[in-house]
Amino acid sequence: MSLLSVEDLVVRHGLLQAVRGVSFRIERGETLALVGANGAGKTTLLRAIAGAHQPAAGRVLLDGADLTNVPSHKRVGMGIALVPEGRKLFVQMTVEENLLLGRTASRPGEWSVDRVLDMFPNLKPRRHAKTGHLSGGEQQATAIGRALMSNPEVLLLDEVSLGLSPLIVDRVYAALQGLMASGTTIILVEQDLSRALSVSDRVICMLEGRVALEGPSKAVSRDEVTKAYFGLHRKSPGSVPA
Amino acid sequence: MSNQIIQGILLGGYYALIACGLSFMFSVMRIINLAHGSLAVFAAFALWWLASRFHIPPFVGLLIVLPLMAAIGWALQRFLLERSARGGALLPILTTFGLAIVIDNMLFEQFGADTRSLAPYIGSLSYDSWEWPGNIYVGKLAVIMFATAVILLGGLQLFLTRTRLGRSIRATSEDPDTAGLVGVDARRANAIAASIAMVTVGLAGAFLGMRATFDPYAGAPQLLFAFEAAVIGGAGSLWGTLVGGIVLALAQTVGAQVHPQGFLIGGHAVFLVVLFVRLSTSGLGLRGLLRLPSRSAS
Repeated sequence: MSLLSVEDLVVRHGLLQAVRGVSFRIERGETLALVGANGAGKTTLLRAIAGAHQPAAGRVLLDGADLTNVPSHKRVGMGIALVPEGRKLFVQMTVEENLLLGRTASRPGEWSVDRVLDMFPNLKPRRHAKTGHLSGGEQQATAIGRALMSNPEVLLLDEVSLGLSPLIVDRVYAALQGLMASGTTIILVEQDLSRALSVSDRVICMLEGRVALEGPSKAVSRDEVTKAYFGLHRKSPGSVPA
Repeated sequence: MSNQIIQGILLGGYYALIACGLSFMFSVMRIINLAHGSLAVFAAFALWWLASRFHIPPFVGLLIVLPLMAAIGWALQRFLLERSARGGALLPILTTFGLAIVIDNMLFEQFGADTRSLAPYIGSLSYDSWEWPGNIYVGKLAVIMFATAVILLGGLQLFLTRTRLGRSIRATSEDPDTAGLVGVDARRANAIAASIAMVTVGLAGAFLGMRATFDPYAGAPQLLFAFEAAVIGGAGSLWGTLVGGIVLALAQTVGAQVHPQGFLIGGHAVFLVVLFVRLSTSGLGLRGLLRLPSRSAS
């Protein structure tokens, strides 16, 4: 059985339909990359999986259990952790306090403050600093660490490279590589296409709230993804989507 | 003069106690509770009722009244504040204003206009005093109040920084949406915070009744003192509340020295001075006024 499946998910922001009937499955240990232009619905999709948005239709299943009406804080306890876009740290609180908050759901597992600090050694000297005073890279590391502290089955990463210098992005991904190798199931949203394709097993390209392309990352070409990204694969170019 | 200063500082303990719940609720839940004073008077009446009807001494009565206040806090948050907070920042203020009127008049209906006090039920504690060096007499009750304020504020501070629940409450106050995403039940955290605030209100009500008199409409002045102490101290910090309470009380004591009717005027004057200094240094707006830490993320 798939670890996580999303079935015909529809999410609305008021009148705007951000996610329009998206379905996919992800197996345990898989890394799935979500790509797509701004406004394609990637962030909304991740937030709906994490429970921050209520879907208008469709279901989210974790290990076969229907999560659709489960509030976000309970989903953390069931093993879904989101690293939100823009990091969303508690800026009045220290690195350590942010990390400890990640453990609120008390899922058993191996992650601890010390282990997160081992994974991101740059956080060690900042342990008791307020996260509002950290650099972007340190903040991102704290946000990832905070999500890991809940010992998730599925880790959702929303644009972890946003606003970071290329060097720091390399460092963050180097740290994530160990996580992917260890068999953590990951869904990541990434704007950098070549990076998304290189780190993931499978890629989904979203366009205007729908899945435009899905395939194994090794098998799809950059060109195919680019076409799906801009909607060039459609039969009638220039048509307005319904 | 040193006598006045010591008495003023001890009185500050009472103001800190009554401001504590208001400040806590504002800093944690972003709600200005205008029913604060009325709820304190309600607690005082509850203690008085237990004492006069069932001969339960007020300090024992607290064992009943404080859990009751906690339950009231929980219910208030769940059924009133949470709903009204969805309607914007102004609505909870109006709601609690209405609540204050309801409580005041319910108390009036039940207990009439008579002025009550808990002093008769605490034996000699209401007038006992200790002699300190320098021929200074301090009331035992005043010292107990001050100690309670310090312990309560310190305990709350420790609770917020050192415990898991405290961190959850702080996280919820900063960003409820993200708090949910890390596993914090924001509704529960807010309800617990409201319960804690109401327990402090219950304590403040008890001391209000013991040190002075109260009647059904005594809530408004208590709210005013609490508000002044909280604003002087900066509503964001708990220790600031203690400082605010002491400053307010000292100003009142000094005012009373200057002129027999200067007690209240002295307090109001300092409050207004602090207010205008805050306004001019931090720009206009309630946020700067109450010295809120900025909430801008990342």
